[in-house]
Amino acid sequence: MAEKAAETRKKMLEVDHISVHFGRKRHPFVAVDDVSFDIYQGETFGLVGESGSGKTTIGRAIIRANTLASGEIRLDGKRISGRLSQAEDRQVTRDVQMIFQDPMDSLNERAKVGYIVAEGLYAPGRHVSEEERRRLVDKALLDVGLLPEFSSRFPHEFSGGQRQRIGIARALVLSPKFIVADEPISALDVSIRAQVLNLLSALQKERGLTYLFIAHDLSVVRFICDRIAVIHKGHIVELAESEQLFAHPLHPYTRALLSAIPQPDPIVERNKKLLIYDPSCHDYSVDKPVWEEIEEGHFILANQKELAEYRKMIN
Amino acid sequence: MKKHTEPLLSVRDLNFKFTLRGQVLHALRDISLDVYPGESLAIVGESGSGKSVFVKCLMGLNDLNGYVESGSIEYGGKDLTLLKTDSDWKDIRGSRIAMVLQDPMTSLNPLKTIGWQIEEAVRLHQGLKGAEAKKAVYSILEEVGISEPERRAKQYPHEFSGGMRQRVVIAIAMACRPEILICDEPTTALDVTIQAQILGLIRQMQKKYNLTTIYITHDLGVVANVADRIAVMYAGEIVEVGTSDEVFYDPRHPYTWALLSSLPQLGVKGEPLYSIEGTPPNLFHEVKGDAFAPRNPKALKIDYVKRPPMFAVTATHSARTWLIDPRAPKVDPPEHILALRERGKDLVAKAAAEGTALYGASAPEEETGAAASAAVNEENGSAKGVTARG
Repeated sequence: MAEKAAETRKKMLEVDHISVHFGRKRHPFVAVDDVSFDIYQGETFGLVGESGSGKTTIGRAIIRANTLASGEIRLDGKRISGRLSQAEDRQVTRDVQMIFQDPMDSLNERAKVGYIVAEGLYAPGRHVSEEERRRLVDKALLDVGLLPEFSSRFPHEFSGGQRQRIGIARALVLSPKFIVADEPISALDVSIRAQVLNLLSALQKERGLTYLFIAHDLSVVRFICDRIAVIHKGHIVELAESEQLFAHPLHPYTRALLSAIPQPDPIVERNKKLLIYDPSCHDYSVDKPVWEEIEEGHFILANQKELAEYRKMIN
Repeated sequence: MKKHTEPLLSVRDLNFKFTLRGQVLHALRDISLDVYPGESLAIVGESGSGKSVFVKCLMGLNDLNGYVESGSIEYGGKDLTLLKTDSDWKDIRGSRIAMVLQDPMTSLNPLKTIGWQIEEAVRLHQGLKGAEAKKAVYSILEEVGISEPERRAKQYPHEFSGGMRQRVVIAIAMACRPEILICDEPTTALDVTIQAQILGLIRQMQKKYNLTTIYITHDLGVVANVADRIAVMYAGEIVEVGTSDEVFYDPRHPYTWALLSSLPQLGVKGEPLYSIEGTPPNLFHEVKGDAFAPRNPKALKIDYVKRPPMFAVTATHSARTWLIDPRAPKVDPPEHILALRERGKDLVAKAAAEGTALYGASAPEEETGAAASAAVNEENGSAKGVTARG
C-alpha cells in the first residue's frame, strides 16, 4: 500500500549516482562519491552531516555550481547536469534557487535591497519591464514579511533575521519549483530561527515548493523535514522518513550523530550516553557495502553481515 | 562543600556604558550575580543582550569607549571595576581568570607553532623555562586529548581541525592554571559530534582542577548539558537566574518561556513553531518598564510603565517580572513550558521544599535523608563528577 503511495508521488529531483571531484584529474579529492536519492514533489528533504561531509557540495551540484565527475541530476525527468543549451540553462536557473547560510555575507553590501532581490530578473534573455520588475520585487518582499518600502534601503540597515528574509525573497522572485536551503538558520539567533523556519514552511504550503534542507543540526532537521539522508565523508549512509530515522537509527554514524544532539532538558542530558563513531568498525575489505532498502522507505549503506544485524535490530 | 558557600566572585548593581559618536549605549543595566567556587554557570541570551560585554568586564577586555558607571565586582578581596591599566589587570587576566573564545581560528596566532603558543603561557604563568617548559607543554597537550604531542607541538594552527584547535585553545587557557575559566560560545563554530567532545573535555578539566566555569551561549541544549546554574540575559539585564533545574522546569520570566518554546526540539511537526515577534530594544534609548514587554503578547499594563525588580522565587531562583508579584493576575506559561514543568516536577518541588541551593550539584551534597534527593544526587554525581575531590 505504502509503496504504491510512494510511486504515485511525483519525483521532483532525481540525483542519480553522482560523484564530485576536486583538484587534479590524476589525484582527485572525492568530495561526493556515488550518491543517489530522489526528492518528491512538495516535500522537504534533509541532508545532514558534519562539515566536510560533502553536503554543501551536493547542494551546489544541484544548482550547477559544481560540475559532476559522473552521474546525472534530473529535475522533473529532464537532465539538469552537464552541458545544457542556453535555453535549458536559463530554465534551470529559474526553477532551482538557493538560500544561503550567512545572511551577513550573502547579500551585496553595496546594492540596495530592491536590486538584490531583482537581480535574477535582470539576467540576459529575460524580458521583464521595469514596472513588472518592481511589482515582482514588491510581491516577493511582502511574501517574506517585509515591506516594499525596504527596497530602497541597504542590507546593513537590517537585522540578521530580516536579512535572511531578503535572501529568501531573492530566491522566490523567480518563482522556482525547487529551493536548496543551505543551513539557512544556523547563523541566526535562537529567537529569530523560529520565525524563519515558520516562514519557510508557510511558503512551502502556499506555493507547493520542494526543499532540499542542508543542515548539521539534527533537531532542526527533524522538525522541518519529511525525509532525512545522513551523509558521511561523501557517502550517504542512511536515508529514512524523519520519525523512522529518529526511532530506529541503524547506522553507527547516525546513532553517534543522534546521541550528540544537545537536548534542552537537564534530566535527559545528565543521563545521556555519548556514542562515538569509529569508521574502522566496518570491515569492508571482502564484503563490500551495498545501498539496501532494509525496511519500507528506510535505506542504509552496509554489507551483508551488517544488514543481517540491522534486520535483527528492527524486529 | 557547605551549602551556602561564600561566592568566589560577586557582581553588584553593575552598570556599564559605551559612548559611541556622542551617543550613550547602556550595555549592562543593574547586573547582580554571584559566582560560587566549583560551579558551572551559564549565561544565556541572544546576540546584543550584553552577555559578552558582561564577561569582558570580568577581564577588563572591553573597548576603551566603554566605562563602568556604577556598581562593583568583588573578586579575591579586590574591586575589579577600579582596575584601569594593563599592569593593574596583570594578576587577574589569564592567571586567575582565563577565557576560551568562540572561533579557534581567530584566537590562535597563525604564524607561530602551537607549541610556542602554549609555551608562552607556561613561561608567563608557571615560570618554567627551557626543557621544563617543553615538558609541561607536552603534558598539557596530552591532557587535552592531542596524541603525539611532540610532533603536534611543532605544527601550525592551520594543520589542525576545528575541534583540535579548540583543544589547543583550552590547553593555553589551562596552562595559566586559572581559578575561573570563561568559555565564550566555545562550540558554536564546531560540529555537533565535536561539540559534545569539547564540552566533555571542559568538564573533565573542571573536575580535575576544581575550576569554576562560566559559559556564554545561546544554545539551550548546551546549557542543559553543562550548567549547574543559569542566568538568562535580555537587553542588558539578567531577567532570570536559578539552578539549571529551576530555569528549565519552572521558568518564570516570559522571555525564558519564549526562548524555550521556540526551540525546534520541543516543537510539534507540521505546526508553526512558537516565535518571538519583533526585535530587542535599542539600548541607545532609555528602556522604559519591562524591556521584553513590547515583544510579549501577554504583557501587563505595568510592564510598560515601571521596571520590575528581581523577585525571589526560591533562595536560588529569582526573576525580573511583575508576574511574580502577588498582586499580578495569573498568567499561565505556554503549553511546552507546562509539559517541561511536569517532567521536572519532583526536582522543582524538592528545590522549593528545601528552599536551598542546588548550585552545589556538581559537588556531593550533605545527605539530607530523603530518598528522592539521594536519587537526584546520585544522578548528578554520575554525570557531572565530583568537583570537590579534584
